[in-house]
Amino acid sequence: MEMNLLKNKEVPLLFTVLWIAVFSGALYSLDKSVIAFMGVLFSIILVYYTKGSNLIRFALGAAVLLLIIPLVAGDNRYYMEVATQVGIYVAMALGLNIVVGFAGLLDLGYVAFFAAGAYAYAIFTTSQANEFIPGDFFPLSGEWFWPFLIIGLIVAAIFGILLGLPVLRVKGDYLAIVTLGFGEIIRIVFNNLDKPINITNGPQGITPIPAPELLGIKMGTPFYFYFIVLFVIAFIVLANVRFEHSRLGRAWIAVREDELAAQSMGISLLNTKLAAFATGASFAGIVGVIFAAKQTFVDPTSFTMNESIAILVMVILGGSGSIPGVVLGAAFVTVLQVQLLKEFSNFLHGLQQSGLINLPSQLDPSKFQRLVFGVILVLVALYRPNGLIPAKRKKDDIDSIKQSKHFGEQQGILAKVAGRK
Amino acid sequence: MAILEANGLTKRFGGLLANEDVTVKIEEGSITAVIGPNGAGKTTFFNMVTGFYEPDGGDVILDGKSIKGLRPDQIAERGITRTFQNIRLFKEMTALENVMVGTHSRLSAGLLGILFNTKKVRQEEEKARVEAYKLMEYVGIEHIANEAAGSLPYGLQRRLEIARALATNPKIILLDEPAAGMNPRETVEMTDFIRKLKQELNLTIILIEHDMKLVMGLSEYIHVLDYGKKIAEGTPEQIRNNPKVIEAYLGKSATEAS
Repeated sequence: MEMNLLKNKEVPLLFTVLWIAVFSGALYSLDKSVIAFMGVLFSIILVYYTKGSNLIRFALGAAVLLLIIPLVAGDNRYYMEVATQVGIYVAMALGLNIVVGFAGLLDLGYVAFFAAGAYAYAIFTTSQANEFIPGDFFPLSGEWFWPFLIIGLIVAAIFGILLGLPVLRVKGDYLAIVTLGFGEIIRIVFNNLDKPINITNGPQGITPIPAPELLGIKMGTPFYFYFIVLFVIAFIVLANVRFEHSRLGRAWIAVREDELAAQSMGISLLNTKLAAFATGASFAGIVGVIFAAKQTFVDPTSFTMNESIAILVMVILGGSGSIPGVVLGAAFVTVLQVQLLKEFSNFLHGLQQSGLINLPSQLDPSKFQRLVFGVILVLVALYRPNGLIPAKRKKDDIDSIKQSKHFGEQQGILAKVAGRK
Repeated sequence: MAILEANGLTKRFGGLLANEDVTVKIEEGSITAVIGPNGAGKTTFFNMVTGFYEPDGGDVILDGKSIKGLRPDQIAERGITRTFQNIRLFKEMTALENVMVGTHSRLSAGLLGILFNTKKVRQEEEKARVEAYKLMEYVGIEHIANEAAGSLPYGLQRRLEIARALATNPKIILLDEPAAGMNPRETVEMTDFIRKLKQELNLTIILIEHDMKLVMGLSEYIHVLDYGKKIAEGTPEQIRNNPKVIEAYLGKSATEAS
């Protein structure tokens, strides 16, 4: 019954509105209620499944994200921080979705592109760049954050192409291993690139990275980052949607489904895969710039293989190739990681302090992150093998095809039929 | 004039000579069959012509120019397309999208054009969609345009694969066992359909097939392979009575008995 409701997009509008009202009210009045915050986040999913026109759903979603969350939680640094973090992972997962979900290239070193974007911003907006560029041009100010969103994109895309050229010669399991290797290599290179020329400052990392600045306003709080991330996600979602049903998107999926058949349709494997790699990488690059600005500090430990795997889990859990699925997967895993388990352990600690239970520190739930991940993945593999919201190809409107002004024309090979008659 | 020539094609897999010195000339607008017992090297021959295997020796000439060493996608762009023995559709995509993939190399939309959804890209997409739909009409499967390709019944999948191949606007189409697994009625339909492709679209058709009724009824010229070598060529009539062919199919005693 519940599944049916979800499948047919049939949550009544009234229910969704009530839900939003109740939980945002609760979040506003009960300070730091985790359940209320979860409820508000969950309302985004409800909106997705609400009955009604796209316009209504879009307006509701925008209202929750742009008005309600900042209004009721905006003065609470912690919630805005969690929301921003969710956003960062959503954006990254959507980038990886192009590589893994659309083009079917199992990339286990995705975080390398994230690192490339983060370091690009970090190096040039601190005095670090003076170490290897003569003169005294650096650090650049926080106003450079905005152009660096584009520069980070380009740097990561170049990384993607350079990495892709050798790596994409292998496929399947081999690709997974090779990308994993390259991801680690990049991290280790960043870790050691403090000599002979000091470019990345090695394991000490780079700090202080300036916050974004616009018209003299410093935007260093989670409140601002929340909107920056939202803006970037909007861009990445738009890109995903447009690519999905385009010449390129079809080529990606064709390559994923059957390389031989794709080639005999005139699709160049290398170009198509490189495009996927570069596109996915460039989105990670943008997010990297935001990450660096938000943390004000980068060092190689932020870019370990575990990060790559976590992002991959988000994609697979949500539904590889499914845009709403990936958003859900990323949100779910991030919330689980940064909030749920932590809250649960805090709760148990509270009980322990009041003497109700005796919990050895080894059993602290926040230490079981990997275990919980594993269990969830196994459950998903068993019961939802295509992810929480499986990918589905859009059906074409046949009537609009027939009404097209091109319908009377004879194109391609059919022009020959017309010629002969 | 020969539109396609294979001169002395040779392919070795380790110690096995899959194709040895195979020379075939294909006339423009003809239907040519390549036949032979299982393992004779027919599909290997197709794979060399379409660029999936690089020949160890010999040359493939399309319209007077060598296409040897080109990648399959480059050869497809130059006008040779194919279907596969074990149907290879893009299963998750709708049938219409499968056909649209065929238009890939005639479209020009790039990363930025798609990202900004330019007018040119929108128009190109619309045209491609219309063309794909009309191709499906032509093949007689427009009613399944929105079905997932993987969920279609076998006969429709075969037709869809041909529609997809036609969308590349080919000069030559290679059909690898187009009637495999079909009942007699479906085979007759397929025969008529292939003939229609030749007549209406002026396509050059090369096919591999085991169904002799289809081969003899349809093809104008036949090449016979056995153990990787070409053992005979000729019209269906000549091939039917060629003792070497009978021997290859039925063994030596069969020729003696007749």
